Amino acid sequence: MKEYPILHVQSLRKSFRTNDGGTLEAVAEVSFEIPENDFVCIVGPSGCGKSTLLRMVAGLESITAGEINYRGDTVSRPRKEIGMVFQEYSLLPWRNVIDNVALGPEFSGVPITVREEKAMEYLRLVGMEAFSQSFPHELSGGMRQRVAIVRALANDPDVLLMDEPFGALDAHTRILLQKELLRIWERHRKTILFVTHGVDEAIYLADRIMVMSARPGKILEIIDVDMARPRHRGDPAYGQLADRILAILEQEAAFSFGNGSAAQY
Amino acid sequence: MNVRAILARTGVYIAIPFLFLVFWAFMAWHMKNEVILPGVGQVAQLFMEPTKSLIAMGPLTTNVAVSLVRVLSGYLLAVCLAVPLGILMGYYGTAFRLMNGFLAMFRPIPPLAWVPLVLAWFGITSFATLFGVERGYAYLYLNNLKFSMIFIIFIGAFYPILTSAIHGVMSVRNTLLDSARVLGASEWDIFRKILLPASLPSIVNGMRIGLGVAWMCLVSAEMLPGSLSGVGYLITHAYTLARTDIVIAGMISIGAIGAFLDLFFRIIEKRKFVWTRLTR
Repeated sequence: MKEYPILHVQSLRKSFRTNDGGTLEAVAEVSFEIPENDFVCIVGPSGCGKSTLLRMVAGLESITAGEINYRGDTVSRPRKEIGMVFQEYSLLPWRNVIDNVALGPEFSGVPITVREEKAMEYLRLVGMEAFSQSFPHELSGGMRQRVAIVRALANDPDVLLMDEPFGALDAHTRILLQKELLRIWERHRKTILFVTHGVDEAIYLADRIMVMSARPGKILEIIDVDMARPRHRGDPAYGQLADRILAILEQEAAFSFGNGSAAQY
Repeated sequence: MNVRAILARTGVYIAIPFLFLVFWAFMAWHMKNEVILPGVGQVAQLFMEPTKSLIAMGPLTTNVAVSLVRVLSGYLLAVCLAVPLGILMGYYGTAFRLMNGFLAMFRPIPPLAWVPLVLAWFGITSFATLFGVERGYAYLYLNNLKFSMIFIIFIGAFYPILTSAIHGVMSVRNTLLDSARVLGASEWDIFRKILLPASLPSIVNGMRIGLGVAWMCLVSAEMLPGSLSGVGYLITHAYTLARTDIVIAGMISIGAIGAFLDLFFRIIEKRKFVWTRLTR
């Protein structure tokens, strides 16, 4: 039997219908394959369709052309095995922390004592067990995102999609959460597909970085990050890689300007 | 706390009502005509003996109770229909497009304008007719619930509740729905565990407004033929007998109960929906 990769994206396209009746191409011909347990970051200029790409992989967005496969199965709707963490505040504000974390198991009909125990275990993983009875509005932004991450994990996904999850946080909290995410990933070994516009964040986190072009988004380059973990931002190799990625993005920006399409941003 | 502090605190609440009573007492004394404006004491007397039978219509309390049951039955009917319909219309664009044009056409029609039609349709048919009860206590109670009245009250309460339910669902943030879908929520889960709780503050607010409107429709509903009891009827009947004191007592009852029901909703809003004020 053929061994399928955990995630396989083939000739994926997405276009939207605009209000004036035209079509807007958001994602153009994207193909990639993600091996199990990899941490992959997608970087690209804002508005390049990287969030749309992630939403399609999550099954939240319809596909214009192409195919997404999870272990050889077509993805056309959200599924338990693929979890997602959003940038915006996504916790249910009327539920306390533990009931938020237990939401996934609740949807699959796990009995209350079992799912609360499981939620508690995940809260312990991020040191949030003391806040199990708190409500989201009582937490800081960083704590909310910790809860959002463990809520996704408590549903036991194989793949974790993360859409700029630390984008709204302050610099210090962001670095703390990056560290914490790596710790969780090293322990639970999920496959992670992480979208960011921060080159620094991508290099700190990823095994591989996919650099996307301006809209319509396509993959310009896939770069392996061969640096030992934990990585240090002062490492010369770190800076060189950042320069290289920034150069690709800059060239891309210049290209869009030349095209006259930069006016859209 | 000393007496002055207590006075200063409660004074804010009672100052204007107190001045109003003084003004009323003065005007009544000045006019010396109890048909145009009865004295405060005369009206207060009616509330002192709320169980005394008035103008051959039974006591004030009974009439208030009859009205309350009428309002609540029309209102509950409106809640049961408007809330699910509003959630459906807020969530499914097709349901909204299908229903909204039709419903919007009836929205501006004042409940009172329905009276002629409602009378033609239902006449004096009541729940007693529906259940085939023709005598006994059950008849007395059920015969007071005329379809025509319930319909007028229903129409009054329906629209505020529907509008707020639609609005509540439409303003649920997409990220909440998306994150629930990704976690494996079924459509039913989305309805019950996301849409309903998320829009509940808005729905309860609409229910509060709807109850106010329902209560306001009461007098017009009870002026319909076949009505022989209720505060609304008491007021109109007292009017024909020039018993202005009873008219005012009836008005005060309606006002007081309406305010009390409103307070009940405000307490729920304050206690249950703390999260809405604290989330961005």
